[in-house]
Amino acid sequence: MDERVKRGVGWGGAIAIVVVLALVPVLWIVSLSFKDPATIADGSFIPKKWTWSNYSAIFKQNLFTDALRNSIGIAIISTVIAVVIASMAAYAISRLDFPGKRWILGAALAIAMFPPISIVGPLYNMWRSLGLFDTWQGLIIPYLTFTLPLAIYVLSAFFREIPWELEQAAQVDGATPFQAFQKVIVPLAAPGVFTTAILVFIFAWNDFIFAASLTSTTHAQTVPAAIASFPGASQFQAPIGSIAAAAVIVTIPIIVLVLLFQRRIVAGLTAGAVKG
Amino acid sequence: MSSGTAVATPAAAAPPKGKPGLTERARAERKLGWMLCAPAVIVMVAVTAYPVVYAFVLSLQRADLRFPAANKFVGFANYGHVLGAKLWWQDVAHTLIITFFSVALELVLGMALALVMHRAIFGRGTVRAVALIPYGIVTVVAAFSWRYAWEADSGWIPHLLGLKSDPLTKTTSSYAAIIISEVWKTTPFMALLLLAGLAIVPDELHEAAKVDGATTLQRFVRITLPLMKPAILVALLFRTLDAFRIFDTVFIFNQGAHGTETVSILGYNQLLNRLNLGLGSTVSVLIFVLVAIIAAIFIKGFGAAAAPGGVERN
Repeated sequence: MDERVKRGVGWGGAIAIVVVLALVPVLWIVSLSFKDPATIADGSFIPKKWTWSNYSAIFKQNLFTDALRNSIGIAIISTVIAVVIASMAAYAISRLDFPGKRWILGAALAIAMFPPISIVGPLYNMWRSLGLFDTWQGLIIPYLTFTLPLAIYVLSAFFREIPWELEQAAQVDGATPFQAFQKVIVPLAAPGVFTTAILVFIFAWNDFIFAASLTSTTHAQTVPAAIASFPGASQFQAPIGSIAAAAVIVTIPIIVLVLLFQRRIVAGLTAGAVKG
Repeated sequence: MSSGTAVATPAAAAPPKGKPGLTERARAERKLGWMLCAPAVIVMVAVTAYPVVYAFVLSLQRADLRFPAANKFVGFANYGHVLGAKLWWQDVAHTLIITFFSVALELVLGMALALVMHRAIFGRGTVRAVALIPYGIVTVVAAFSWRYAWEADSGWIPHLLGLKSDPLTKTTSSYAAIIISEVWKTTPFMALLLLAGLAIVPDELHEAAKVDGATTLQRFVRITLPLMKPAILVALLFRTLDAFRIFDTVFIFNQGAHGTETVSILGYNQLLNRLNLGLGSTVSVLIFVLVAIIAAIFIKGFGAAAAPGGVERN
């Protein structure tokens, strides 16, 4: 019994350390976002004077509101397209027999390790001549490229677990092929597809290097790129309050996703690693 | 994409695995397989292979957007210029320092976190959810939070450590700040990859060793670690290559000032600030080559356990 109590305390301590380490930087940026300009540089962890002014200030600037619109639109469109394309490929890879399968997986693995900076320059030049520079498509295309490898790996790992015989069983029972697909396969595949969608969304939401290189105005600039270019009130004043408030806003969707779908994200990332 | 619609229905009514005898069926299956994979392959290859080739072509030219009239083919002169420059080798060294320390720390902390996520008796869900926050958070946001935490006039870290001067104006403490920020952000990812490896270690082995009187540490070193070797190598490979590409964190901290410029920052500055596509592309190609070399070292040096195993399992 004593041994058990000791172990319980040990695990409790370990969990507490993890929670504190994971949350301190998040709480710090939240604290900064509520600090009044006069006390923003006081270095205290808890604001001495609370204010919403940083938030109302950024929502008045279209530098931020447009960036938020761009971030949401670009991330959602990238996610939908990536999941559709990756589902098709993953279905083929996990179910069909065709030569070149290993080659496709090898290429996907190579691209997962690819340094984005190596193509930023050429893309910048190509996008300018193709009219894709500073557009949503100009960001969506590279996001697809860099999320497809993970999406294909995770989805094929999930698809391999689906008992596909059920589809035929349903057809034997009189379902049409489409009904069998819709009523049997879709519900079974949905968790994997959904998990993949979360991972793709997080990537697109997170990206900085492409957004900073391939956009220049509020037309397509996403929040991470916009935050990095926030102007201060004067040349000598860093816009800490605005940056912190914008940072908190872009972090909210991530926290919601993580808290709601923790199990799925863990399953997706570990499935991609072991079975993928 | 046209193949998208063409493929939707056959996917629904896809034939079961082609039997060896039915060549027609096998052929149809091949065709369907290729059609389903085509969009993904096109998007992946067109946006990486073509630009890399294009980067290589640009790297052989004097191509400066500010002086378009002076463009001309210069062969490998740009490579001579970059490889002969002290700056390039310094930046490679900076990148390797950040990569080495981040990945080493992450491996240790990631293993600890993976063990907590795997073995914790209670609160497992809480730990997993909380640990995913750094993973999911926007890198730029994390970097800003850490930067403001370290800054002398606004941060809590200098207060806590009783520092007099601004730590971010000194090289060593700038590295510490950047590495800590990276480690905080990516340890959960490392931990999840390791957790996948932990999950495949059979409990019976631990039980048997326990019966034979092995201590917890002995069991970890003799059973867990050897069985996890493939997972550890995959995690190390992924994180090393990822850390080598470090851009966001350094850019937000100080854009590479105080001797922290990495190769990605160098490439970015050449390409997008100086608009020198020739030299910038040369740097890009060299980074690509370095990443390929690191991947090759991992795959060859650590035996077949690393990447090929990862592909094999598909």
